[in-house]
Amino acid sequence: MDAPKVKIYGLVAEFETPTQIVDAANQAREAGYTAMEAYSPFPVMDLHEAVGFKRTMLPTLAFFGGLTGFFTAFTLTTFTSGGAPSFINPFLPDWFYYPLNIGGRPLNSWPAFIPPEFELTVLFASITSVFGMLLLNGYPRLYHPLFNVPRFSRVTTDRFFLCIEAKDSKFDLQGTKQFLEGLQPYEVSEVPE
Amino acid sequence: MATEVSPKGPDLRPDPQPPMVGGNHSFDSMTEKITGVIFAATPKGWIVGFAIAFMILQVLLVSVTYLVYEGIGIWGVNIPVGWGFDIVNFVWWIGIGHAGTLISAILLLFNQTWRTSINRFAEAMTLFAVACAGLYPLAHMGRPWFAYWLLPYPNTMQLWPQFRSPLEWDVFAVSTYFSVSLMYWYIGLVPDFASVRDRAPNQLLRMIYGVLSLGWRGGSMHWHRYETAYLMLAGLSTPLVLSVHTIISFDFAVANLPGWHATIFPPYFVAGAVYSGFAMVINLAVPIRHFYGMKDFITDKHLDNMAKVMLATGLMVFYGYGVEAFMAYYSANEFERDLMMKNRVFGPYGYFYFALIFCNGLMPQVLWFQRVRSNEAALFLISLVVNVGMWLERFVILMSLQRDFLPSSWGQYSPTFWDISTYIGTFGLFLSLLFLFCRVLPMISIAEMKHLLPESHVHSHKDSHDHSDSAHGGSH
Repeated sequence: MDAPKVKIYGLVAEFETPTQIVDAANQAREAGYTAMEAYSPFPVMDLHEAVGFKRTMLPTLAFFGGLTGFFTAFTLTTFTSGGAPSFINPFLPDWFYYPLNIGGRPLNSWPAFIPPEFELTVLFASITSVFGMLLLNGYPRLYHPLFNVPRFSRVTTDRFFLCIEAKDSKFDLQGTKQFLEGLQPYEVSEVPE
Repeated sequence: MATEVSPKGPDLRPDPQPPMVGGNHSFDSMTEKITGVIFAATPKGWIVGFAIAFMILQVLLVSVTYLVYEGIGIWGVNIPVGWGFDIVNFVWWIGIGHAGTLISAILLLFNQTWRTSINRFAEAMTLFAVACAGLYPLAHMGRPWFAYWLLPYPNTMQLWPQFRSPLEWDVFAVSTYFSVSLMYWYIGLVPDFASVRDRAPNQLLRMIYGVLSLGWRGGSMHWHRYETAYLMLAGLSTPLVLSVHTIISFDFAVANLPGWHATIFPPYFVAGAVYSGFAMVINLAVPIRHFYGMKDFITDKHLDNMAKVMLATGLMVFYGYGVEAFMAYYSANEFERDLMMKNRVFGPYGYFYFALIFCNGLMPQVLWFQRVRSNEAALFLISLVVNVGMWLERFVILMSLQRDFLPSSWGQYSPTFWDISTYIGTFGLFLSLLFLFCRVLPMISIAEMKHLLPESHVHSHKDSHDHSDSAHGGSH
């Protein structure tokens, strides 16, 4: 691994169609590159698999988020209403125990607690999906080395970019540049750190 | 700005679906068209429209200020009608919001690509409508500075809200609905904020939209997680939107009052919500596509589809009216029968009932005709009438309160000046927010629209034109 003299983040190749970027990413993966990422103005089908990314853990996170929401609401409604099994009540702090005896109706009126439970399940699962997605993606991150490449601003309009990062063990400025140029991109540029 | 690029390559295969994008758009021209609205000079029409909306907003300001100063005695509510315009308008606004979620979530799950160009402003409409709706329960408290008492939080009074009450369920439902809609909307906006950032003509705009975009750069892993999150939110919003109006219908249906205590209420409220929501989307889409020249994106086909949804949900609502009347008769309960015939149909507000049957049941039947559905002026008018009809429906339902079981406790409700001015005022809030939205945010989802163009498709290796000579590379 030869350290480049100018500190660079990687090499980025620009492509014009989704088909080209998927082909390019596939070839880069087959050539043994691992630290790379493909950028596109809209989600391109299977592109994440082409760069060697399997699947996200987000659905699992959201599931547990929803579960947390359910149990939060369940505990909140049941315990504060005095609906918990009676051996639990003595352990509840005063501020968390507020049974309302209305005409002798049961304290654990669980059907009436379903709406809050449902809503908090949805709320917590949604919050987990949204913030989980942002955190796993590393956002907010307002600065990124790729923004140093002037043409990269077209990634949000109509161009597709494949970036092979310098941290890749196979990375070598000349060799990788040659490889990328072999993919027939519109242009290959260095990404200063 | 970069305009020389056009999609190259012979890979334009015919699209299996009818195109939902008119004109001859490329990725670039599409982005230019939608972001261009933000960078262009403020149109004169916008200034006039916003000024009018903002003036109406002042009506709300005055009404709410006087309400807080004087108390809710300035409204027409009293025993036996303890809820008046406030809950009618609350339900009406919330219902309007539901079309936004239906378009953005349910139609996404059903893979209806035509939703793409209308989902952004329909979601904005949802948020603004829910904001208007939320004002009413807050105002009705009389002491809105204690609104946080509705939330379950440990407090020095050692009190908890009554979790068995539909009104408390409303707190959970509406606040969840607003939060989830807001997140859904914002997440949808993030890649578009990045598009705006990258086209911004000056540093200030680039910074503002850059911060809003959170630094989005469209990596494939990011898109993968993004799409996963977006799909999950759609899946979560779908039961959520149904639950919200169901819970709102519980405000009525859980009570023992004749005319309210009916199992038809939840589905019929949900259908009514979608009905009025689509009417409002048409009322907004027609002027927006006209004034901003977005007819390539919001095509006649979109209006046609929305009109069909309106027709379908309208029939469901009409069925609901029929069931209400039938069940009142079939229950053999004299209170239900009296309520239906003597109070609702031929009672003091009987003419409202007939107006409602006309607005919601009969008049929309013209939507069966293709010629009506393809006439945007007619659609605009029909949608207005439907919105009036849906307002009347909630009013008519609410007026069941006038006459309960004992004639000695009967009473008559009539709105006061302040009831009406508050209602008019919320239009000011709604329209002001919408005008601001159209001015500063991309009103159509740019990233999603690109998916509708045939050049967004990936073609397999076999028909890739440059495949033969792209196999060699720098590594061996």
